[in-house]
This record gives sequence, structure tokens and C-alpha cells, in this order.
Amino acid sequence: MKGKKLMSAAFAGILAASMLAGCGTSDNKDGGGAAGGDQGKKMNIAMVTDVGGIHDNSFNQAAWEGLTRAKEKLGVEVKVQESKRAEDYTPNLTSFVKSGTDLTWGIGFLMENDIKKVATENPDSHIGIIDSNLGGEIPKNVASVTFKEEEGSFLMGVLAGKMTKSNKVGFVGGVKFALIEKFEYGFKAGVKSVNPGAEVIVAYADAFDKPDKGSLLASQIYQQGADIIFHASGATGDGVFKEAVERGANHWVIGVDRDQSNLAPKNTLSSMVKRVDNAVYQVTEQLKNGKWSEVAGKNTVLGLKEDGVGYAPTTSTNTPQDVITLMDDYKKKIVAGEIKVPATAEAFNNFK
Amino acid sequence: MNNSTSRWNAFLVPVIAVVLGILFGAVLMLLMGYDPILGYNLIFQGIFGSEYFLGETLRAVTPLIFAGLAVAFAFRTGLFNIGVEGQFIIGQLAAAWVGMSWDLPPGLHALAAVMVAMISSGLYAGFAGWLKARLGVHEVITTIMLNYIALFSANYIIRNFLKGQGERTADILPSASLTSEFLRTMFDGARVNWGLIIALILALVVWFLLWKTTRGYELRAVGFNPHASEYAGMNVKQNIILSMVISGMLAGAGGAADTLGVYGYMNISAGFTGIGFDGIAVALIGTNHPFGVILGALLFGGLSFGADNMQRVEGIPTESIRIVISMIIYFVAASAIVQSVLGYLRRRREVQAK
Repeated sequence: MKGKKLMSAAFAGILAASMLAGCGTSDNKDGGGAAGGDQGKKMNIAMVTDVGGIHDNSFNQAAWEGLTRAKEKLGVEVKVQESKRAEDYTPNLTSFVKSGTDLTWGIGFLMENDIKKVATENPDSHIGIIDSNLGGEIPKNVASVTFKEEEGSFLMGVLAGKMTKSNKVGFVGGVKFALIEKFEYGFKAGVKSVNPGAEVIVAYADAFDKPDKGSLLASQIYQQGADIIFHASGATGDGVFKEAVERGANHWVIGVDRDQSNLAPKNTLSSMVKRVDNAVYQVTEQLKNGKWSEVAGKNTVLGLKEDGVGYAPTTSTNTPQDVITLMDDYKKKIVAGEIKVPATAEAFNNFK
Repeated sequence: MNNSTSRWNAFLVPVIAVVLGILFGAVLMLLMGYDPILGYNLIFQGIFGSEYFLGETLRAVTPLIFAGLAVAFAFRTGLFNIGVEGQFIIGQLAAAWVGMSWDLPPGLHALAAVMVAMISSGLYAGFAGWLKARLGVHEVITTIMLNYIALFSANYIIRNFLKGQGERTADILPSASLTSEFLRTMFDGARVNWGLIIALILALVVWFLLWKTTRGYELRAVGFNPHASEYAGMNVKQNIILSMVISGMLAGAGGAADTLGVYGYMNISAGFTGIGFDGIAVALIGTNHPFGVILGALLFGGLSFGADNMQRVEGIPTESIRIVISMIIYFVAASAIVQSVLGYLRRRREVQAK
């Protein structure tokens, strides 16, 4: 009895401590922004993050950077709501829409069904979504933006295929979603184009928020002889960087979404940047300038051509110039339509 | 301590813990540079501000009642069911499968889906109970590990057998839906559904089972003292397995209600829902009593859902509310402190009265 009580107390302690631990990154004071004096005039823009939260080192954070820029340059009011669970998407979006927000952003394809529902129920609202074309049926009050991640990843494949000394490279994915497969097959196609003999070791972590798992997978891939790993796994990828740093020289990582070279300056070759910030900013600007109708009711696709994806400016730190030149050559071919980069397993099997 | 004082304390301790937790949260918000009165006001509005908010709060509370009941039930038999999370997922999956692939008349279909979910999750949890009863493997270890098995197996099964458009299962048939047009209209389109009613009924069933039946008496007796129960001729092993099965069934019903009532499909999930773990907190706040669990779920679900409004309007981080909830749990767990303070006050009053 006593033991049970003690255990119960100990358990409650662990429980509460784990909840507190989740609060480490809570300094989003700038979240709501101090309400300005002439609030009535200013345009209200809001965004709902997916469960990754605003400090995910990835697309939620990039979207928030885009909105912050919009606040500074366009003079709009911006607000953010982080979602704790998938069930929160609908009420979070609905609350913004119903409180008269001029444009509500949903970040991430995970909320595509919620967006569709909220948009249909509130036909007078303006809603934006990143990373989903809503299955092609876009309500006329929704602007959707997707990216050609495979094109940017292709360039990373070119880099890795050219730079590998062991003829083995790795890919760490978050969860095997169609979206993440675009990274995988684009990368594989890039490797294949410049180094058909090279092997690509693929592993999925089944989580976007488990750096320990990222470390483990990276360690296994390095042990199998790979010397370069490209990750598309959100915060899980932090572990990939950590593993590379611990192993030291000649263990390379290619980052994703944002320029991640700061995570391991000596081990980072490049990052496949995805300009979610630009997308959010530009659509917001369209609304501000009264050109909403140009983006609404349809999907905008951003690839290499539109500078929606690309490689990070810090690439030149650890990558020789001739490899960068080669990447630029391939970029030109892709932009010109000479190379059609595969985004799925099927397309990849038919590639070349 | 006589019986009436202990019963009074069982009620008073959580209440005082809540008050202390809220005060602590207020200090915290002040330290972070926010106005706590405004913060709590926004939470209040985020819950009661409109029919829609109220309905969505109830929707958020529903799975917590199921999870809290599941944890509390096992706890009454002296078992820590940390596996509610996994059993919840099994329930979701089973309900989604029945909902999309069986063909039954409306109502009956939903009932069948809930029943299948309860049976699946009951067996799943019963396995951990069996390991404990037969081989003495601690249920905390097994249920934690079974959580991962549930999560990743569910993802695998959805991806390979139940896949619909997007990263999720196909939609369930309308006949299996637990959504309620009546509740929807009443709460301005919020997704509160029949799952809430099922949760309340199950709370009643749990109370009846534990306190009004011989079997319930046995289950609780095993929780109090397994050795004495065995000496008294009760089958301890059987009761352990039974307790886990029922606990799992409660969690499974929650998963089914979530799938059939809120979305009508199940997502491939990159991580745990957290509902099972929150259920532990709810059971603790509710002192492992079914009616306490309902109150605990209302408090827990209300605070965390209302806190979103705080971030939406003023940008106050919702984490501050997680801390408030954590503090409440601390104070409930450290009930000895609260009780000794209460005892001290009572004694002093008695001295003064003399």
C-alpha cells in the first residue's frame, strides 16, 4: 500500500516534469504582437501551425518568418496559434475565421481536410494552405501553395553523387508520406544522374520529432559505409547532424527546409531550402494589394524556376566550386524542362 | 482519521490543488510579463465565449473521460495502465476498419464498430494483464512497449490495407458515424458528438461495477491487498487480467468515439496522440473515481482548450497552462502537504474553540 502510494507520487512527478519539459521553447512572446493603436484599419493575418509548433526549425518556423516580414513591410497585424493535436486544427482555424481575420493560413498538408471544411462553411473568409493542393478541389476562397521538393532534392542528389568517396549515400525521411517521398525520389534521381553506380541507403524514422531516432538511423547509415546523408525529417534530423558532428570529419549532412548549416558548420555540405516564407509573404501581399483573385481558388506550384526551392547560400563553405557549377547546370536543365524530376517511386523507376 | 473526514478530504484536496495551481500560473504569467487576469479571462471566454467554443471544449473533453476512466479502473485493482495510449489507437483502428468495410444499418453499424473496438483493445490490454498474472512481468513495462507496437502497427496497417485519399484511412460509411446533427446545431457546428454520451454512460457503468457488484468488490480488494484477497479465496490472477481487459475496453471505446465521431477516418500518425497520457493526469485529479474523472477531464480539457484562445488573442504561450496543470498534478500527488495543512488548521480551530 505504501509502496503503491510512493509509486503513484513518483509517477505523478515524472508526469508533471515531462509536461514542464515541453515548455522549454515557450518564448514566442512575439506571437500575438502588441495590438497597435489603429487596429481597425490594419489587415489581420493569422496562421495555425500543425503539431510541429512554431519553433520546428522547419516549415512552420519559415511560415512565421514570412508573416513577420509581412508585418514589417506590409504593415499588417499577425497572429499565430500552435496546434497541440490534429483535433485542434478545425477549431483553431474556425476561431480565426469567425473573429474576422482577413487571411488565415493553415501550415502543412495534415490540415487539408480541415481547411476544406472550414472554407466551405465560411465562404466569405480567405484561407491559405501550404503543401497541399487539397486533392485538386480548391474552394474559391482558398489559395494553396505547393512546392516541387523533388527538384531541389535532385540538386542535393547531384551534390551527394559527385562528392561521395565511398559511393554510398544515405537518406533519412521523417514519415513515409507522399510529400516526403518527393524528397527521396528527387534525391535518388539526382544521385543516379551523376553517379549511376552509387548506392542510396534509405531509412524512415516514423517521426518528425525524435532526434534520438535520427541519431540512431544516421549512425547505422554511416556504419554501412555512407559518407553523406540527406535528411527530410524535421526535428528528427537534428539527431542526424549531431551524429555527424560526433563522428567528425568526412561525415557529411545535407539539411532541409531552411539553411541548417548552423547545426553543424563543419559537417554540412548544403541545405535544400524551401521558401515557405516567400510563399506566405507573396500570397499575403497579393491580398494586401487587392489581387487576391489571382491566387484564390487555385494551386500555386513553386519549383526551381520560381525560386521556391533551391540550395542554401552557405553551400560554398564545404562544397567545391566545380560541384556547385554542376548543380547550376542541372538547375538550368530542370528549369528549361529538359529534365523531368521524378516525385514518386513509379516515376523514379521510369527515370532514364 | 474518521470516515467522514477522509471523504471530505478526498474532495477538498483536489479543489485546493486546483486553486494553488491557478495561483501559481498567475504568478508565472506575471513573471513572463502578461496580465494573469486577462489571461484567465481569455481562457474563460475560450471555453464559454460561444456555443461553438463550448461544444469544441466538450469534444476535447470526451476522449479524456474515456482515457481517465481506463486509467482509474486499472488503478483501483492496483495496476498502472500506462498503455491507454496504445489501446486508444487500437480502438481507433478497429473502429475505422469496421466503419469503412462492414455493411450494416445506421446506428447498429456504429454500435458494432464501438463493440469491435472495445473487444480489440480489451484483448490488447488483457495481454499485458496476462503477462503480469502468469509471468509476473510488470504491467508498466509491457504497456509502455505495447504503445509503440500499437502506434507503428496501426500506421503500417493503414498504409497497406486501409489507405484512402491522403495520409489516412478511407472515410467510414455514414451509417457508422457517431456525429449528431442535434448536438451540432445546438453548439453552432462544433464537433461534439454521441461519444460524450457514451463516455458518461460508461462512467456510470464503471461506478456501478466497482461499488455495487461482488466482482467489483473483488477487483478493489485485490487493489488494496492482493495477499489478503488471495487468502480470502479470491482469484487474484483472474482479477488482474479482467481488470486490464475492462480498462482496455474503456480506452478502446474512446478511440472508437474519436474516429467515428470527430473525423470519420484515422490519420497515419507521426506520434502519439497524448490522450492516454493525459488520461493518467485526469485519473489522478479525479482521485480514481469515475465521477471525479469526469470533473478532472472537464478541468483538464477545458483549461488546455481554453488556453488556445489566450494565444490567439494576446499571444500568451499556451505552455503556461501546461504548467498550471502540472502544478495541479503536483499538489494532488503531494496531497500529504495539503492534508497536513488542513489538519493543522482544523486542530488550531479546535484549540481556539476550547
